[in-house]
Amino acid sequence: MALHVELVAADQAVWTGEAKMVVAKTVEGEIGLLPGHEPMLAILGSGEVRITLEGGEIIKASAEDGFLSVEKDVVTVVARHAALI
Amino acid sequence: MGAQLRVYRQKIKSAQTTKKITRAMELISASRIYKAQQRLAAAAPYARAVTRAVSAVATFGNVDHPLTTEPARIDRAAVVIFTSDRGLAGAFSSNVLKEAEQLTNLLEEQGKEVVYYLVGRKAVANFSFRRREAVRSWIGGTDLPVFDTAKEIADAVVAAFNTDFAEGGVDEIHLVSNRFVSMIAQVPEVVRLLPLEVVEGSEETEPSEVFPLYEFEPDVNKVLDALLPVYIESRIFNAMLQSAASEHAARQKAMKSATDNADKLIKNYTRLSNSARQSEITQQISEIVGGADALSTAGNED
Repeated sequence: MALHVELVAADQAVWTGEAKMVVAKTVEGEIGLLPGHEPMLAILGSGEVRITLEGGEIIKASAEDGFLSVEKDVVTVVARHAALI
Repeated sequence: MGAQLRVYRQKIKSAQTTKKITRAMELISASRIYKAQQRLAAAAPYARAVTRAVSAVATFGNVDHPLTTEPARIDRAAVVIFTSDRGLAGAFSSNVLKEAEQLTNLLEEQGKEVVYYLVGRKAVANFSFRRREAVRSWIGGTDLPVFDTAKEIADAVVAAFNTDFAEGGVDEIHLVSNRFVSMIAQVPEVVRLLPLEVVEGSEETEPSEVFPLYEFEPDVNKVLDALLPVYIESRIFNAMLQSAASEHAARQKAMKSATDNADKLIKNYTRLSNSARQSEITQQISEIVGGADALSTAGNED
């Protein structure tokens, strides 16, 4: 089982793919998402989003001003400005 | 060369120059439509995600947000008009302005005062020509819209919406823009942006879809507070991208027919100049023959 992750900025889709874990920063603090997480909608704080791939590789992206939604193992990170680092 | 012939040759030359220009503009627009469509497609995931999230929040929590509640009385309505910066795009801008005019009449019949927000130099020019006032206008970049402009527009209209009527605020916001249907069809369209009709406005998600029970962080109202402006921005950005794609498509169509017309003109003038040249030659021959005839008759008399 894996997470399907979509990282989208206002004018383009930044990254899409399968991942093992996603760590993002919401206004409440950092949150780690694993497969099977409950459906959630959270406001994104500005900060780093770390996506751990199946192979253990980590993709880092900056995302600010947006929100994060999780449902049925689909994680969507939506930000006005987002870019891979 | 006869005067008539010279005039025709001049006209042919000028039609040829025009044709070169319109042909170049046609080709440029054709390549830009493709780019604009790509941008539209690239922005689609964002719009979809935002719309989905807003519909999800709306289906839960008793949505009672200032941006979604219908005001008891609507006294002033804002109309945001999206036109182009440059002309030579056929009826592109005038279609939108006409649509806005109709909307204005409708709103005024309902007893509402109308204020305007303009996007694109054509709208500004039209308004200053008709001596009408606009609250704010944005010029430049309509053929390549950036998200920051959309955000600026969204901030301005939301701020106006959140202001009281007495302090110059508005109770309703409409968008008038061209929607890109295909390369040959662009339809001017009116959308009521605010107050939001969230549930009906979610045309991008399937209506039968059931949303899971979301956990909201920090809480449903805060999430909605953050989401709605984002949704509005995304709608405005979408309108701008649609308008840009339509502008290029309209310009390509207009320039294509201009090129065709130039071709037709060149053909007609070439025909006319040929017959002018011929009649000139005929006249010259008959003059020579007449002259020679007169000379030989004169010689015989001696």
